[in-house]
Formats: sequence, structure tokens, C-alpha cells
Amino acid sequence: MMAETTLLDIKGVETYYGNIKALNGVDVHVNQGEIVALIGANGAGKSTLMMTIFGAPRARSGTITFAGTDITQMPTHEIARMRIAQSPEGRRIFPRMTVMENLQMGAGLDNLKHYDEDAEKVFTLFPRLKERIAQRGGTLSGGEQQMLSIGRALMARPKLLLLDEPSLGLAPLIVKQIFDAIRELNRMQGLTVFLVEQNAFGALKLATRGYVMVNGNVTMSGTGKELLANPEVRAAYLEGGHH
Amino acid sequence: MAVSVSSERDTVASPVQRAFREALYAGAISLGLFILFIGLKTDQNISNQLILAQRWGLLITVVVLTMLGRFFYIAYGQPFMANQKIADVATGLLPASVASRFFQLPAFIVAVVLAVILVAFSSALPALVGPDLAGYLQFLRALAVIYALACVIFYFRAFIHANFTKLGIAALVLYPILVVVVLSVYAWSIMGGLQGSLKWVDNYGIQILIYVMLAWGLNIVVGLAGLLDLGYVAFYAVGAYAYALLGSHYGLSFWILLPAAGAMAAFWGVLLGFPVLRLRGDYLAIVTLAFGEIIRLVLINWRDVTNGSAGVSGIPKVTFFGLMTFNSSDPNYIGKVLDIAQSSAYYKIFLYYLILALALLTAFVTTRLRRMPVGRAWEALREDEIACRSLGINTTTTKLTAFATGAMFGGFAGAFFAARQGFVSPESFVFLESAIILAIVVLGGMGSLVGIAVAALVMIGGTEALRELDFLKSIFGKDFTPELYRMLLFGMAMVIVMLWKPRGFVGSREPTAFLRERKAVSSSFTKEGHG
Repeated sequence: MMAETTLLDIKGVETYYGNIKALNGVDVHVNQGEIVALIGANGAGKSTLMMTIFGAPRARSGTITFAGTDITQMPTHEIARMRIAQSPEGRRIFPRMTVMENLQMGAGLDNLKHYDEDAEKVFTLFPRLKERIAQRGGTLSGGEQQMLSIGRALMARPKLLLLDEPSLGLAPLIVKQIFDAIRELNRMQGLTVFLVEQNAFGALKLATRGYVMVNGNVTMSGTGKELLANPEVRAAYLEGGHH
Repeated sequence: MAVSVSSERDTVASPVQRAFREALYAGAISLGLFILFIGLKTDQNISNQLILAQRWGLLITVVVLTMLGRFFYIAYGQPFMANQKIADVATGLLPASVASRFFQLPAFIVAVVLAVILVAFSSALPALVGPDLAGYLQFLRALAVIYALACVIFYFRAFIHANFTKLGIAALVLYPILVVVVLSVYAWSIMGGLQGSLKWVDNYGIQILIYVMLAWGLNIVVGLAGLLDLGYVAFYAVGAYAYALLGSHYGLSFWILLPAAGAMAAFWGVLLGFPVLRLRGDYLAIVTLAFGEIIRLVLINWRDVTNGSAGVSGIPKVTFFGLMTFNSSDPNYIGKVLDIAQSSAYYKIFLYYLILALALLTAFVTTRLRRMPVGRAWEALREDEIACRSLGINTTTTKLTAFATGAMFGGFAGAFFAARQGFVSPESFVFLESAIILAIVVLGGMGSLVGIAVAALVMIGGTEALRELDFLKSIFGKDFTPELYRMLLFGMAMVIVMLWKPRGFVGSREPTAFLRERKAVSSSFTKEGHG
């Protein structure tokens, strides 16, 4: 694994909502080819970090570097064009557009050259979407919407895929399907994934490395296995929850 | 258990008993509603003092009518419809049952015969039966014609549904010709036909098409991009004044000023767009509302340029592409060039085709843009702004292009309006116009061109048709002017449509991306339905 090249580097990032500090100097980095999981309780600032990478809200201090470029002050749409794709919290698919149109939106409006090829890849990963291709996004089930959201993100041929709670509100079987798909993307295509999850057990099992976030601070980090074995992590996020 | 509760209530109150109760409620509500509106009226007496006129008789009539309506609806209407529904479910007739019961061959024949007889004797009727009854018969004739047309449309509904756009455009292109031919035959002279066509081409055709075009233009902003704009009439005003001022002061031709008016309106669209980029929904609506009012107040107060509320008059007519004019005093007047009799109808018919072309241009551009990246971005923006940005869409330019494109078509329509009227004043650009245009977009179904065109036809054509209902004067008295009630009917129509079809006449969004086999996809799509 070429774990040494850092793709995304977040250093000392502080983000505010008005006067409320949501991120308190966060240091996180994601190396090329890794799956990195960020776990934490509700309100820890996980999604805020995810959105801060995209510049909405913008970091008040600290730097975010992607593939050697400082993206801290870049407009959101230009950050997306650096080929960072996101499956945002709450999926945010376009409900009145068909599955096909949703995927086209992901492919970027200016360039539909690779559309057929990329769509085929998405359909191999999520065959369910192909059955639903002419159906409107809003009429899909939750799991299908999540698949569509990830599929749409993949259409941009991303260097880095950001996933915000892909397991939220889904049945265990679908969660397993989605996690399997993420693992496959990572293994087969070498896609780098940064994952935010409340489902700590599933996420850490999947991840190369993980971070634990509490009240806007990263309190722990390590490989997925280390964190899974860590008694504090077990006590806070695993015991009494899943398994 | 839940079932037994409701059935118990039903056994206690028979339909008639329930109808009594409901009628009393309805009477109480309408009494409360109308006591101030109808029961009392402010008036001025001879010495110019404000007095209260009491109209208890009218109030009682309205209340009693409401009670009777409610009573018969609950006692007989509702059970009848429920029984029909049960019968239809049993026979499997349900989907088209109401309409197919309403449109039947014998009734169609009666309607046609009635219409033909009434048309044939229309000139003799007032002498035969008196003016009052003749008025009623005229109304009856209109109803018979509408019913017969509706029957034909119903019979060919599958064909019409499949070729709606083509048929619609063909009908619009042929409309003035048809009107002139029919009226010429009716009046037995071509000049009579041309003269008679003025009302149909101008009051109905042009008037409706202006609103179709405005609503299609606003549809880009509201329907596609989802930016609620309550001040759209501002761009209409900019276009109208651009042509009015430049045309009357500098004598520039309509064909030069039309694009200029569009460009100017688009410029103002961008100017409005900038400060409101960060706003959405209610906040955006308030700012655009204010913008519309500001433009109007500027037009009123900037007297040196706009001549204030007196307006600009003497706006030059459109020429036939510079080749012929429609001023009978000009050497190249169309009548002289083509060597035909003088008539004001040529200009109206020409204007009709001009606004039709402009409206179709709007529709064409809209449908093409929807398939292009910018149009797709508009629709995505309407659905989810945050998702848009994280997919690399520049929401700033997307919003500005929506405002500019919508405003441009408003400007075109404005220039046309100024040319048609020959006179503009700030009075034509009040908030009510914005509201009407927006109401048409909402009624038609946001984003649907066909739905919006139908809504404009019904709303604007319907309010125009109110002027025809002269016979109502024999019921409500000589002072009764039915067209004053058009806003009431407008509101009623909106309430009814929003109850039956909350997403407008055409509520489903037509997808713009298709698989190879387009038919299969679109038919399976229509079954999804509700979004």
C-alpha cells in the first residue's frame, strides 16, 4: 500500500457556527488508497468537518490541503472540481429527477464523455440502480437513495470520496451491502475514502485507520483494529450498541 | 372498532338529517363571512358624505343559496357520487367514468343542433323573444358550443394527448385565419369578417398569448430554478419602457429595440440577482416584491424621463420587417402595397403572429435549455442547493443566468406590450400583474409549459369571457359588471385547482434524459405519478 502520500491534510482547523465553536483545532490526514473512518457521538462535529472540507461552512483558522493544493479558501464548487466527491449527510439526491439524471448530475455538467462507462461501473456495484434507472429519485427506498448518492459521487471519477453516515437509517443487510461496496471500491479501484459514521463497529472494521472525535476535538487515532480493541472506544461507542 | 364508531354515527344521522345540520353550519359561516362584505356597503350620498347602505335582502339571498347548495350536496349529491363510485368499481369503469358519463352522443347531438339553431337565428332573436331572454340564449349558445367542443376533445383524447404540442401549435397558427373565415361567412363579407375578428384576435388571442409568454418566462425563474420571484412585472416594465422611450424619442425600429429591450431587462435581472444570491424562499420573495415596487415607483417619480403617471404615448407601431407599415397614411401602408382594402385588423393579426412567435421562442429556448447543462443545473438548484454546490455547480452563475434569462423574456414581452398598446404607464405594472403571472405558473404546474399555457388560457380567457355575460345584468341589475368579479373567480379557481391538483394542471416533471428506447421509459414513468 502506498500509504505514505498524503492526499488530504487537515491541520488545526477551527470552524464556528456564529459564535459557537464546532471544530476546535482538528488535525486529520487521509493517505492515498486508505479508508479512514471518523467516529463520534451526535454533535461531536463529524459532519461539520466533512462540510468544512467543502468550504461550507468555511474554516476560520487552520489549513486544508488536497493533493498539494491549499483548498481552505476555495469556493465550494471549485473544491468539488478538484475531484473530491461527497455523499452528503441525508443523501441529498435530487428527488424529482430520475436515477439517470441524478447520475448525470454527478458526472459533472461539462463533461459527459465518460458517462456510459462510469454509469456501467456504478450499476455493477449497485445493480438495483439499473432496475430503477427511469424512476424518480424521491420514489426510491432509503437504501436505494443511499446507493444513488454514492453512485452519483462516483460519477465524478473522484480521487477522494467523502461519505457522511452512509449507514444512517438503513436495515443491517443494506448497511452490509453498502460497506461491502465501499470495500470493493477501495480494493479494486484503489479509491481513497474518508468516512464519517456513528456505526462505529462497522466503520472501524472497514477502515484502514480511524479517528475518534469528541466535542470538536480529535481525541484518539489509530488503525481500525487498534481502535476496535481500545477499551475506551469499546466502552463509549461499541458496548451496548452494536453486537 | 374504529369502523363501528363511524357507522354508528351514520345510523344516527341519515343523509337528510346530516344535510340539515351541515346546511345550518354553512349558513352560519356564510352569514359571518358576508355580513360585512355584502350586508353593508359604504356609499356616498348627494352631499358627498360617506354613508352605510344596508343590503339585507341580498345578504339573505346569498346565505339561503349557500344553505340550499350545501343541503342538496350532502343530501343527494354525495350519496349519488358514492353510489356511482361503488357501481363503477363493480363494472371496472372507474378511471374515465365521470367524464364518459358527462360526454355522451345524444347530448352532443342536442348541443350541436341547439348551437346551430341559435347561431342561425341569432340576429332575429332579440326581436323575437326580447333582449333579456336573447341574452340568456346567447349564453346557452356559448355553453352548447363549449360542450360540443369538449365532447370532440374527449372523443379524440388519446390522439390529442399523444400529439398535444403539434396540435396546439397548429391550432394557434390557424386561429386568426379560422376566426376571419368563420366570421366572414357569418357576416357574408370579408371586411365584416376582418372587423369582427378584432375582438377574437386582439382581446382573446393576443391578450392570452402575452400572459402565456410572461408565465413561460417566469417559469424559468420560479418553475425551473425554484427562485420565488414576486416582482417579475418589473422586467416587463423595463422592456415596455425601453421600447416606449427609445422608440418614441429616437424613432428606432421595433426590430432593433426588441433585442435591446430584452438585453436591458436581462441586465436588470442580473442586477436584482446579485444582492439576492444568498436568499431563498420567503426572503427572496420579499426582496423581489420590493424590487418590483421600486421599479414602478421610479417610473412614477422620474418624470423627466418617464413622464410620470401620465405615461408615454405615441409609441410607434411595429412594421412588417421594415417593408410595410400599418399606418394607413404611410406611402408603404400594407393596404396600398398589397392593394387591399384598408382595415385595422391586419395589424392585430400581424401582432398575433408576432406574440405567437415570441411565445414559441420562449418555449423552444426553455425546452432546449432544460436539456443543456445550464437548464439541468437550474433544476438541480431547485431541488437541492447544497448538493449542487458539492457536485461542482457554480450556484452564483446558475442563479444569475436564471434571473437574466427569465427577465429577458419578460423584456421581450414588455416591448411587445408597448408596441401593441401604443401607450404605457406605470399603472400597467402593478404588483397584481406579478401575482397573476405567478398564479398562472403555479396553477399550470411549475416547470410544465403545457400546463402553464392551459392555465393562462383558462384564467385570462375566462376573465375576458366574463365581459360577454351581459345577460347577468337582467338578474343583478343594470349596474352589474361581471368583469369586476374576475379576481373573485380567479381566487376561486385557484382554490379549486389546488384542492384537486395541488401540483397544478400538469404536476409531474418530464425527465430530460432518456434511455435509447424512449417510449418504454416515459410510459413506465407516468405510472409513478406523484413524486
